[in-house]
Amino acid sequence: MAGLVEQGMKTIEGTIFSSDVRHSALLSRLHLTEEEIAEYTTVLNSILEYFAKLNELDTSQVPPTSHSIKMQNVFREDVTIPSLPVEEALANAPESKANCFKVPRIIQEM
Amino acid sequence: MDAIELTAYEAREKLGKREISSAELVNAVMERIRVVEPKIRAYLTITEDAALKQAKEADQRLSSEDHPPPLTGIPVAVKDNICIRGVRTTCGSKILQNFIPPYNATVIEKLARAGAVFIGKTNMDEFAMGSSTENSAFQITRNPWDLERIPGGSSGGSAACVAADAAFLALGSDTGGSIRGPASYCGIVGMKPTYGRVSRYGLVAYGSSLDQIGPMTKDVKDAALLLSAIAGHDPRDSTSADLSCPDYALACGRDIKGLRIGVPREYFAEGLDKEVEHRVQAAIMHLSGLGAEISEISLPHTEYAIACYYLCAMAEASSNLARYDGAHYGYRTKDAENIIDMYSRTRAEGFGTEVKRRIMLGTYALSAGYYDAYYLKALKVRTLIKQDFERAFENVDLVATPVAPTPAFKIGEKTQDPLTMYLSDIFTISLNLAGMCGISVPCGFSNGGLPIGLQLIADIFKEETLFTAAYAFEQSTDHHKRKPVL
Repeated sequence: MAGLVEQGMKTIEGTIFSSDVRHSALLSRLHLTEEEIAEYTTVLNSILEYFAKLNELDTSQVPPTSHSIKMQNVFREDVTIPSLPVEEALANAPESKANCFKVPRIIQEM
Repeated sequence: MDAIELTAYEAREKLGKREISSAELVNAVMERIRVVEPKIRAYLTITEDAALKQAKEADQRLSSEDHPPPLTGIPVAVKDNICIRGVRTTCGSKILQNFIPPYNATVIEKLARAGAVFIGKTNMDEFAMGSSTENSAFQITRNPWDLERIPGGSSGGSAACVAADAAFLALGSDTGGSIRGPASYCGIVGMKPTYGRVSRYGLVAYGSSLDQIGPMTKDVKDAALLLSAIAGHDPRDSTSADLSCPDYALACGRDIKGLRIGVPREYFAEGLDKEVEHRVQAAIMHLSGLGAEISEISLPHTEYAIACYYLCAMAEASSNLARYDGAHYGYRTKDAENIIDMYSRTRAEGFGTEVKRRIMLGTYALSAGYYDAYYLKALKVRTLIKQDFERAFENVDLVATPVAPTPAFKIGEKTQDPLTMYLSDIFTISLNLAGMCGISVPCGFSNGGLPIGLQLIADIFKEETLFTAAYAFEQSTDHHKRKPVL
């Protein structure tokens, strides 16, 4: 495997900084410790450096493929079918109250 | 011969002739699980009571009906990212450790209608993110051929239990090789159907443009039997193809004379283990001896497939896994200060390292300023990889390659550097990007006694060609008959 690694690696500058990791963690809603941020910065950099291999290809004239099989605007008949009963929908909830999912307060009092 | 050593097809015949009962099959497999499970740890949940109840119903049908459905009474194991109503479904993650699905996946409904008996849920890399099953939050599954080695991943539990005769059939899922890799490492048959062939309703989503459910079985005909039971259009999965599905077992036994098989030179490059290369080349020569026409082809963008795949999969994962928020189901942190804190701590405590890594990279690749450079770039390269295959299939019916660059590696060998783990998927991921179907079939053993798989790839919705060739190969060799000693 060592051969494959070397073949794929490009020695380009790391493009991700701890501030990027912090921002990505915030967007991802992941609480990270300072040590984790440092650790992820190192690992993510080595992965992104490898991904930069794609820059070798000129794709200016290539359309993107988001889906391998051609299909779009898949419609179905609008038929009413039974939905999950409330008790079952709530059965796995960490907390529930009055037929609702209960979460910590969202809007703070002024 | 012990009941547990039967293939599903053989068990079905014996059930039909009333030479054995479904209850006996379930008891035999449970006894086998008690013996081998402490060594291989393939299962996360075993549903013995429910299985015995289903077996009794199956036995009643078998004695009262002239034509019971095709899988009546056959014990099946299910990867733990496929929902069975009322049975804990964890995805190998702490964040879902107590999740009890209130509904069945479509494949489960189809298997239940086909008469199958569900025996348990199998271990996997957390959210199917991994190539060794070492990323499970609960346990490490071991390769039945060498307990110091990985079974492959992410469907490692399904592969290990089938290889160890601790299930007659198993379902896996394959996003970048998660069925074919483990099948190759464990010496069984594993098949990834064409994207859209099998409904993913009730499969916990990882990379939605790549995920497929497929069979993991003791031989090729069993894979055909299982695929026939789960394939087909489902209005609840808009990506499932509205096409009729043949009886795939009928494709087993057809002649392969004149079948055109392409061998891509990029797959036999530096980094491929010599023993793997020799076994796979020998297998291709064997197919030639059976009448197939072999030619060298080129899939020129192969070396870009890993970067392309991981960017696509991570981007999709970061979006798909946003649903684990501690509000609706699954794990929730204690004593959160506010809602954002609740989300962030729940996810930090509930997800493992590799899952967090992929969510963050995926989020980064999709975020403002980086989208074009990373995600859009990957989608364009995906087009090039797909075109490679489309061009190849203008001239050949099948493509033959190795499944993995090496036989099963040692537990812990690749956990320190995620990139080396990603690189082990080099031969399986391209076809998920292109949507094609592929199968891993045992083609020999390393000098150390580890199984090696041959991968056959066919164009979209050409599963029958795969089964025809794989069956012809298997039936004229005896690799699939060798069993691990446990």
